[in-house]
This record gives sequence, C-alpha cells and structure tokens, in this order.
Amino acid sequence: MIPTSISVDPAIGTTIVLAQAPAEPHGAEHMASTPGEHGAAFPPFDASTYASQLIWLALTFGALYFIVSKFALPRLANIVEGRAERIEGDLAEARRLRAESKAAGEAYEKAQADARARANAIAAEARDAVAKQAEENRKTLDAELAAKLEAAEAQIAATKQAALGNVRGIATEAAAAIVERLTGAAPAPAEIEQAVDASLAR
Amino acid sequence: MAGAIDPIHQFAITPVLGPVTNSAVFMILAVAGVSALLLIGSRERALVPGRLQSLAELSYEFVRGMIHQTAGKHGMVFFPLVFSLFMFVLFCNLLGLIPGSFTVTSHIIVTFALALLVILTVIGYGFAKHGLGFLKLFVPHGVPGYILPLVVAIEVISFLSRPISLSVRLFANMLAGHITLKVFAGFVTMLSAALGGVGLVLGILPLLLTIGITALEFLVAFLQAYVFALLTCMYLNDALHPGH
Repeated sequence: MIPTSISVDPAIGTTIVLAQAPAEPHGAEHMASTPGEHGAAFPPFDASTYASQLIWLALTFGALYFIVSKFALPRLANIVEGRAERIEGDLAEARRLRAESKAAGEAYEKAQADARARANAIAAEARDAVAKQAEENRKTLDAELAAKLEAAEAQIAATKQAALGNVRGIATEAAAAIVERLTGAAPAPAEIEQAVDASLAR
Repeated sequence: MAGAIDPIHQFAITPVLGPVTNSAVFMILAVAGVSALLLIGSRERALVPGRLQSLAELSYEFVRGMIHQTAGKHGMVFFPLVFSLFMFVLFCNLLGLIPGSFTVTSHIIVTFALALLVILTVIGYGFAKHGLGFLKLFVPHGVPGYILPLVVAIEVISFLSRPISLSVRLFANMLAGHITLKVFAGFVTMLSAALGGVGLVLGILPLLLTIGITALEFLVAFLQAYVFALLTCMYLNDALHPGH
C-alpha cells in the first residue's frame, strides 16, 4: 500500500513512494509518482514534478527561441522577402517593357501618319504641277488661235480693200463708157473719177 | 483486466533516463520537430517552394499576419517570441495526439510558465518602452472620475487574470480532450472484455466516436495553439500601445 498518510506534502510523498516502490508488488506498474490513482495527487497538480518540468521547459523553449530567432526566421524572411522583391522586380520589368512597346507602337503610328501626310503632299504637288502645265498649254493654244484669227481677219480686210479698189476702177471705166455712148464725147478722166468717188462715198 | 484503463495515467510524469522524463522527451521532440521543419524547409530557398518549404513559409506568414493584424507593424519586435510560442504549443499538442505519447501542454505548470513568460514580457517591455506611462493601460479614456477607481480596479484584476486564463484554457482543453479520448477508447475494450462477441459488435459505437473525437482533437490542437498565440499578440499589443 502506498503511504497516503504522508502525501500531504507531495514532494515527500513521492520520495517515499520511490523508496518503497521495489518492495511493493504493483510498484512497477505504477511507476514512481502515481499517487493520483488514489486521488491524492492528480499528475498535473503534482508539485514534485514542477521543478523538473520547468527546467526542461526553460532549456527546450530557450533552445527553440534561439534557433527560431537566429536561424529559422532570418532564413524564412530572406526567402519570403526575396520572393516578394523578385516578383516586384519582375512586375516592374514587365511594366517597363509594356511602356517601351507602347512607345514603339506610338512611334510606328506617328511614322505611318508622317509618311501618309508626305505621300498626300507629293500627290497634291504632282496634281498641281499637272494642272499648271495644262493651264499653260491651254493659254499658249489660246494665244496661237487668237493670233491666227487676227491674221485671218487682217487678210480678209486686205482682200476687202483690194476688192473695193477694183470696184472703183471698174466703175470709172463703166462710167466713162456710158458717158461716151450717151454723149458721143469722151469725158475728162478727172471728172469721171471725181464723180465716181462722190457716188462711192455716198 | 478490469480497472486497467485509467484515463489519468497518461498524464503521469515518469523518468525515462536519469533526469530525462517523458515530458522532457516530448519537449525535445517538439523543439526538434519545429527546428527540422523550419531549417530543412528553408534550406533550398527555392523561388517556387517545395512541400516542406511551403509549410515553413505558411507558418511564417501565418504568424506574421497574426501579429500584423493584432499588434501592427511595431509588433514585429515580438515575432520570434510569438512564433516560438505558437510552434512549440502546436507541436506539443500534435505530438500528444500520437497514441501512447505524452502531452506536454496537458500540464498546468508548463502552460502557466509560458503564459507567465508572455505577461512578464508585456510588463517588462511596457515599462521599458513607456515608463510609468504603461500604467495608462489601467486607466481607460472617457471614464467619468467618480467611477474611475472601480474601472481601474476591474482593469487590474482583468490584467492579473490573463496569465491564469491563458494557461488554464490551453491546459484544460488538452487535459479534457485526452481524458475523453481515453475514456471512449476504453469503452471499446471494456465492452468486448465484459460481453464477449456482443460487446465486440457494440464496441463499434465508441470506436466511431473515438475516431470523431480524434479528428476534433486535431482541430483543438491547432485552435488552442492559435488562440494562445493570438492572445499573446493582443497582450503584447498592450505593451506597445498602452493608451488603448
């Protein structure tokens, strides 16, 4: 039997149990400090184990804190922050490339617009030149035609003059012949010419 | 055979080798497990993490997010402490779920020591950072003068009860969970021992229940580690910003 009478002080109780354990038939099963089976000390409230637990806790938790703060967290921070930086860098690079391609696209469109404008200018110029040439051609042609028309008019006038001159000679001769037949005497040529001119002038 | 199932026996502290007790063995295992996960997981430093690295990073970002949310940017001073506490408690809780193992956190002295570590850190850092201004923690703003003594008394009591509630919550959850598991698992063998074949069939019921409770205990193991770390963050936030 376990000496429950002394278990008022758990520490003493345990030492006594430990000392008596071999003599007890069931001692091996109960393993040292199990007065809890008899309701004396529930293991979590058995103060005799506190010192050992606290020492082990201090040792192990201290070691864990050391490992965590000196090795684990810096390494993990390195990995996580490194990845964040890497991703941020990649994103920045992607943004830069996008801006670059956008600028290139704009430059291309600008070049295209310039080329189109230049082509339009050249076409307009050519059109203007052709129109100007045509105008010039038309003008020279007009001038030529006008000159020809003038020449023809002059010739007509000359011919008319010549014809009018011939009419006077014929009229004079006819008048002289008529007067000679009527009067039997040939009139003076000067009188005839005077008379003809007078009637022509009328 | 009868009476062989003692749901309390699993909590007994027994020497394994010299001064090394079963509790010490599981504390060492927990620290070794956490260290192995973190150090092996962070060994390759891969841009695209493998399984172990993912787990290590997940725990890192989980605890970091927790501190950021509760204590803000300045709370990162306590990152190693909160991280160590969370991982230690989590691994102790989870290792305790292995059948036949020992649960370090089912002992009030361990959880109380951890809670005391948190509260002493709060007090020490609070006074070091704010001097007597840390006492503003106990004097909320906008309280009329005539009820101020009462409010201050309540605040002081609530502050002093924190280490107790923090430690008892974890301890009691672990203890109760393991006792429940042991009792229901014990029913299986007791039924078959007492009733033979019929008991074997009837034993299926507590067996199913044991499976369900085991799943629940895994949740509790994680949840209690999370709650412990979260409350630690909130208490540490008081040390950082005592003016509410």
